[in-house]
Amino acid sequence: MLKITDLVKRYGGGDPVLKDLSLEIPGESVVSIIGSSGAGKSTLLRCINKLVEPTSGSIVLNGTELTRLRGRQLREARRKIGMVFQSFNLVDRLTVMENVQSGRLGYISTWAAIMRRYPREDVRRAYELMERVGIAHYANKRADELSGGERQRVGVVRALMQKPEILLADEPTASLDPKTSEQIMGLLRDLSRELRLPVLINIHNVHEAREYTDRIVGMRYGRIIFDDLPAALDEEAMERIYSGSPAADRAGDMRQAS
Amino acid sequence: MSTHPDTWQRPPFISNPVLRWGVYIGAIVYVVWTLAALPIDWQRVAEGLVRAQRIFGGAFPPSFERSGLLIDGFLESLKIAILATAGGVLLSIPIAFMAARNIAPLPVFYLGRAMIIVARSFHPVIVAIIFVKAVGFGPFAGVLTLIVYSIGFVAKMLAERIEEIDFGQVEAMRAAGAPYFSTLFYAIFPQIMPRQVGLTIYQLDSNLRASAVVGIVGAGGIGATLANAFGRYDYDFALAITMVIVAAILLSEAFSGWIRKKI
Repeated sequence: MLKITDLVKRYGGGDPVLKDLSLEIPGESVVSIIGSSGAGKSTLLRCINKLVEPTSGSIVLNGTELTRLRGRQLREARRKIGMVFQSFNLVDRLTVMENVQSGRLGYISTWAAIMRRYPREDVRRAYELMERVGIAHYANKRADELSGGERQRVGVVRALMQKPEILLADEPTASLDPKTSEQIMGLLRDLSRELRLPVLINIHNVHEAREYTDRIVGMRYGRIIFDDLPAALDEEAMERIYSGSPAADRAGDMRQAS
Repeated sequence: MSTHPDTWQRPPFISNPVLRWGVYIGAIVYVVWTLAALPIDWQRVAEGLVRAQRIFGGAFPPSFERSGLLIDGFLESLKIAILATAGGVLLSIPIAFMAARNIAPLPVFYLGRAMIIVARSFHPVIVAIIFVKAVGFGPFAGVLTLIVYSIGFVAKMLAERIEEIDFGQVEAMRAAGAPYFSTLFYAIFPQIMPRQVGLTIYQLDSNLRASAVVGIVGAGGIGATLANAFGRYDYDFALAITMVIVAAILLSEAFSGWIRKKI
């Protein structure tokens, strides 16, 4: 269970990107976060595993307070938080197996990592997970030889190798074509059920959010303004989330100016 | 619609016309003044030409009589170049990581940049003179000199490559809780490896050339043999040495070009 309370993130002296944001993700559910660009979705996700340092507030994952962790403790906490990225962030020049095993880097020594001496159970688990998502036959291929959808599957397996307690996905389908994108969303939903894993997904595609997730959180200007079942996301809610977004505001200014 | 202009000119590099023409005229005046003020004594140039003719006359035909000495000198140069490349490249890697702004903390970054600047600021001949004073005549001074020279180039180019990496890969390792060195080996090394290999081969080539130069001031290798030949007015032997140096450089250039194309 993930509990975020009064989270604030401010870059420099400007207006905060996240304003006293509170959010609870209980148990195993797939939650999507929607909102226009600049609403703070990505910052929120990155505050959870501290790729972005929160300014204030509290983030508790299964009883561990994450915001004050440093060094070794922070690395140990990050092992329990898997992350899937929009641009996959695979190491192109390494094989799929090496990429998948890089999810275990927090568990094995640097020397074992350099010598590629992965523990037997990690190798077995990697094959199992790769089999599950349909990329086992690519184990010895270089990551840059794969297609977009296959690469994102590698990204998902890498995150699952961590044996995470929660999975964060930052626009996992934004670089994919519509069909592949639906496959990846379906995969994330199914894996969440199979592994009893809470999944938090930033997503631009509202249709996919409705279709594949159990709950939708709508953000605007660093605040949560909608939090309900997908069925409750009506026209009026969409209007509140997306109208008056920065891009729309600028378009309005242009109209006034001309 | 016809109110729009139909001519267009690229905006000039310096927009202020007074400043622009001031800079142009200033540059021309300086070049003319420098040429006029240079102390060129044509009398001495004429005498020198005669001397040069005598040297070149003495150099033909080149003499390969003492080729044993030549081969020893050349092999020593090769050893100097290989040792210096190995040592220089090995030292360059940590220095390059220190000097990459995107991964090093600010104080470490300044230290790394400072080391590169010091290594780059002196010509190898000056470094060689210092090392010859410090450790005496011979190839060891040459190796030390070329290590400094290699660091100046390889560490700088490698640091720039590290600054260009796709940082998303580093972010992915960090998000998985990977420790610092594991992150380096998984997310950064694979990205910089091709450049690293290319730089090493280029540097070997470059060190072979430079080893001939630093030998002249006493740092061993074929340069020392060449300096001795000149000192003893053996111009024919000196020409033979020069020809071998040029041939070796041509060969190494072709070879390194071929390898760099392969990777």
